[in-house]
Amino acid sequence: MTPLLQVKGIEKRYGARIGCADVSFDLFPGEVMGIVGESGSGKSTLLNCMAGHLEPDAGQVIFDTRADGPVDTVTMSEPVRRMLGRTDWAFVHQHARDGLRMSVSAGGNIGERLMAVGDRHYGDIRDRAIDWLGRVEIEESRVDDRPSAFSGGMQQRLQIARNLVTGPRLVFMDEPTGGLDVSVQARLLDLLRGLVREMGLSAIIVTHDLAVVRLLADRLMVMKSGHVVEAGLTDQVLDDPQHAYTQLLVSSVLQV
Amino acid sequence: MNEYNFAYLDEQTKRMIRRAILKGLAVPGYQVPFASREMPMPYGWGTGGVQVSAATLTPEDTFKVIDQGADDTTNAVSIRKFFENTAGVETTEETEKATVIQTRHRIPEAKLREDQIIVYQVPIPEPLRFLEPRETETRKMHSLEEYGLMHVKLYEDISQHGAISTAYAYPVKVLDRYVMDPSPIPKFDNPKLEMDAIQLFGAGREQRIYAVPPHTKVVSLDFEDYPFEATKADHPCDLCGAEDSYLDEVIMDDAGNRMFVCSDTDYCRSRREAGHVGRLVEENTA
Ligand SMILES: Nc1ncnc2c1ncn2[C@@H]1O[C@H](COP(=O)(O)OP(=O)(O)OP(=O)(O)O)[C@@H](O)[C@H]1O
Ligand SMILES: [Mg+2]
Repeated sequence: MTPLLQVKGIEKRYGARIGCADVSFDLFPGEVMGIVGESGSGKSTLLNCMAGHLEPDAGQVIFDTRADGPVDTVTMSEPVRRMLGRTDWAFVHQHARDGLRMSVSAGGNIGERLMAVGDRHYGDIRDRAIDWLGRVEIEESRVDDRPSAFSGGMQQRLQIARNLVTGPRLVFMDEPTGGLDVSVQARLLDLLRGLVREMGLSAIIVTHDLAVVRLLADRLMVMKSGHVVEAGLTDQVLDDPQHAYTQLLVSSVLQV
Repeated sequence: MNEYNFAYLDEQTKRMIRRAILKGLAVPGYQVPFASREMPMPYGWGTGGVQVSAATLTPEDTFKVIDQGADDTTNAVSIRKFFENTAGVETTEETEKATVIQTRHRIPEAKLREDQIIVYQVPIPEPLRFLEPRETETRKMHSLEEYGLMHVKLYEDISQHGAISTAYAYPVKVLDRYVMDPSPIPKFDNPKLEMDAIQLFGAGREQRIYAVPPHTKVVSLDFEDYPFEATKADHPCDLCGAEDSYLDEVIMDDAGNRMFVCSDTDYCRSRREAGHVGRLVEENTA
């Protein structure tokens, strides 16, 4: 099977400081990859390099495009990459306000990606927005409300709906449950797990919460100082960590 | 009069503005940056339009200025005087006789010809500004033709008001490429944007010039199930009886009596001179 995404030797430096270095892995269709590590270990840097938000200093990010098969997205032209970003890719930000238009209604937020790819039928766009509100457990009656009137959990669910409405094949998420109350986190995780299964999504999820990866990720990469120090099946890595740093990470969680 | 260079601006500045105009005509709907000059009038009073007119006028031209369709408002009169004094050009109130027309908020009702130029005063040239305040991002959206956001605005209109409520500065797509703000003309005027004359748009404060060459395709954005409509008050003009012109509603007294009159004063006058009468004229002569 062709991997959906092949990451090869990604490196990003901020001046002399390493953001991330020498990261390589394959992601297969339907797979969810978790990336964990302490603050500053390079998780966001890596994710942004893969999603085309940052230009890596070295390496390739090869995506299996619908039209042309595997293509290096680092060297593809910007319009094509931005088009990918609106269609086959989705990006869920930690802070919903970074991923939503706060001055636009919930329906408009969800509809934007549809309109961006050329949908021009108001009734259809609205119907699909309402359908997606339901799928992320937001009442239809809120369709014309602005996200500023939503709770943090609802904003995050709206952001997810807005991203998934075009049926992307790969979703990047940076701490999607960060900053939310524990009970709200649990509900969001449930919802995400349901959507990932139902839509057969491939996803890369950055988090420092091992419970999140335990629940969502098939495979896991552990990062430290910009490097991947351990990788494997999630359960294997968490139950039988090999690297001293991973052992520390796992034991520190167990102690809580 | 000769203490000024012709049309106030020095030749070098006019050449710079003409280059921007030519570039604008070559890339219809594209906003060309230019180094806006201080004019002896404040921003918001048409300094962009005035600079474009200054770079466009020749001594042989006949100049007309309208503000909301009228030749006799303070703003229109002062701009007309400005060019009478600084360029010594002929001026007129008759659309047919003008070779250069500077306008704020209207397109004349009379069909413009190939030998005419219309100059629009533009307050905010960026149609995407409303939803995306970052200039770097809107520029990228234009260059990559990412215009979904424009429809988000229309979507919001319909979801809030049940119809596209945008009545002025209704966004258009020019020659299947650039989305453009036609300046705050009523959407009634949008179909006229496909015209025989040269259309130039000047934004002074924002330092942008853009243009639509003659016979260029200009499409008003809409949805399949909410098509664009060039609406106006459903009424004939009470002075000249015109059914096809854009009307201003005028409150006449405390009792709430209103009248509808052509916003294009020259159009209304020429119709009345030709013998057309509206409701109020009929009542008064009866
Ligand atoms: N814009 C930047 N300029 C300079 N250095 C940066 C920049 N962004 C990140 N870094 C550095 O790169 C390294 C990796 O940062 P990154 O944000 O990728 O970590 P992270 O794993 O996402 O951390 P967190 O869990 O806190 O979000 C850190 O040393 C950080 O200080
Ligand atoms: Mg981070």
